[in-house]
Amino acid sequence: MNLDYAFRRLLQMAPLLLGISVLGFSMMHLAPGGPTALYTLNPNVTAEDIERIKEAWGLNDPLHVQYLRWAGNMISGDFGNSFRGGAEVRDLIVERVPATLQLMGTAYLVAVVLGFVIGALGAFRQYSVFDYLATTGALVTLSIPTFWFGLMVIFVFSERLGWIPSGGTQTLGSGGGGLLDRLHHLVAPASVLGLVLTAQWSRYFRTSLLETKNQEYVRTAHAKGLAEPTVLRRHILRNAVLPVIALAGVQLPAVFSGALVAESIFGWAGMGRLFLDALTYRDYPILMAMLMITAFLVVFGNMLADIALGLADPRIGARS
Amino acid sequence: MAASQAVALPAIPERRSRSESIVGQIWRRFRQHRLAMAGLAVICFLFLAAVFAPVIAPYDPEQVNPIARHQPPLSAGHPLGTDEIGRDVLSRLLYAGRVSLVVGFAAMAVTVIVGSVVGLISAYYGGKVDAVLMRLTDVFLSFPTIYLLLVLAAFVQPSVLSITLIVGATAWMEVARIVRAQFLALKEQDFVLAARALGATAPRIMGRELLPNGIGPIIVAATLQVANAILAESYISFLGYGIQPPQASWGIMLNNAQDFFTRAPWLAVFPGVAITLAVLAFNFIGDGLRDAFDPRQRVG
Repeated sequence: MNLDYAFRRLLQMAPLLLGISVLGFSMMHLAPGGPTALYTLNPNVTAEDIERIKEAWGLNDPLHVQYLRWAGNMISGDFGNSFRGGAEVRDLIVERVPATLQLMGTAYLVAVVLGFVIGALGAFRQYSVFDYLATTGALVTLSIPTFWFGLMVIFVFSERLGWIPSGGTQTLGSGGGGLLDRLHHLVAPASVLGLVLTAQWSRYFRTSLLETKNQEYVRTAHAKGLAEPTVLRRHILRNAVLPVIALAGVQLPAVFSGALVAESIFGWAGMGRLFLDALTYRDYPILMAMLMITAFLVVFGNMLADIALGLADPRIGARS
Repeated sequence: MAASQAVALPAIPERRSRSESIVGQIWRRFRQHRLAMAGLAVICFLFLAAVFAPVIAPYDPEQVNPIARHQPPLSAGHPLGTDEIGRDVLSRLLYAGRVSLVVGFAAMAVTVIVGSVVGLISAYYGGKVDAVLMRLTDVFLSFPTIYLLLVLAAFVQPSVLSITLIVGATAWMEVARIVRAQFLALKEQDFVLAARALGATAPRIMGRELLPNGIGPIIVAATLQVANAILAESYISFLGYGIQPPQASWGIMLNNAQDFFTRAPWLAVFPGVAITLAVLAFNFIGDGLRDAFDPRQRVG
């Protein structure tokens, strides 16, 4: 096993997380009004009150003391309170996680399967009409602004054809909320996000398969008379699919971005939607928490992908 | 090999003539890429349309006309229709193209400058400097772009300049990595050693030896960055944190169109098509340039 590699990879996360938190902390302090923005923007709060709050919150302490306190709170899951309503930021976010996971998970699944099929068909029929259409189609898909694509989907399939609801996670009122109803609402946002991801995955798989196909060990396998399906399964696919695993982590930031847009267009009450609402009211504690959480998840996702890759491919752990 | 390169130093005029023929070769290979040529044609078209907007536009883009609201496309005098307060969509599209393209190119410039500086310093000095700069790059890459863009946009007063800087600030990492990788590969080459042996200073080696030799991938990345920047601007504007009305970009027009979507879908169609065309064209050009600069790398 390759636990040594996994452990090393875990250690490498530390400076990254430190950097992310320093950047986040600086942004919180650069924000207009800083951490006390809620009060400085309120005309009923006097300058003396603010001074008192600053003293109580320790904002007059040296910066590194403040940073350690802030980072400590973050680690223990205390992201502060929302400027609006004062609810705990942690609770507000936790409430939204399932919806985002449903959306991202469905889109990821669709994209990996479809992307693999399209990429493989393209790679094994390189320069065929299908390959040409698929690669060009992927680039076109990646060039369309996701929000505009979403709008067009709503216009055609919801406004004109009436096949799908125009937004929300479920039908409000009686009759809504069942599994089928939820799935019905999930179709459009998941398809829009899924299609964008499919375009990327098909490119990854195609490139990786083409590279593997031209390796010498594949030629050797052919030369020693192995049947085509055997070469495909044991020599090409296995080696081509592995490097793509790592891309699952690399792609994560783009998936979060895409999910935010899809949630915004389709009124999907997930984390992206929460972030956009917080942006409207300049609710910095929520914005900062979301920025930190997504960045941490990205770092964590990358690490998991690398470790998975290390476990699957012994050469990787041995290299460094 | 090593000796012949080092001795070839006096032959500077010959090197120049050879570099010209390299540009010729790249252009010849680029021309064979049909989609890239189509992309180039589209960009020239959009560019000319933006430059000559005052001449082409049938109306003042901000001229309100209360009796001609929500005119559909192809109606009298308004080939692409009018919006909710009777402004001519074609005229607005032309002027908005100016903003979108300017932000696209300017943000690309910011990206390339910041990325090149970071990448060059990182590769040239190596060691601790390299480690710190590359971790910084990783830190920026860990944030989902839209989240970072929107948080930054919420802090500042939106203007063409601030949006350009924000888009550039969130996109320099890829260029930095490319520049670093490119120059790490070049740094140990004989012609660089020769220049160092002759006593050339660090900035001179970077500017005169490393940059011209590693320029290909940077140009490719820069082209793709224009596409990314146009997209990024449209996202910020669409979500309502971009340049403020009445000045319009394609993204702003889409943001506007959202409210009148059922009554006037054409308001959303044309700006979206414009963004897609511009982004796709730059992506195609980038693909074509990649093949033209390095035919060995060709995959697709």
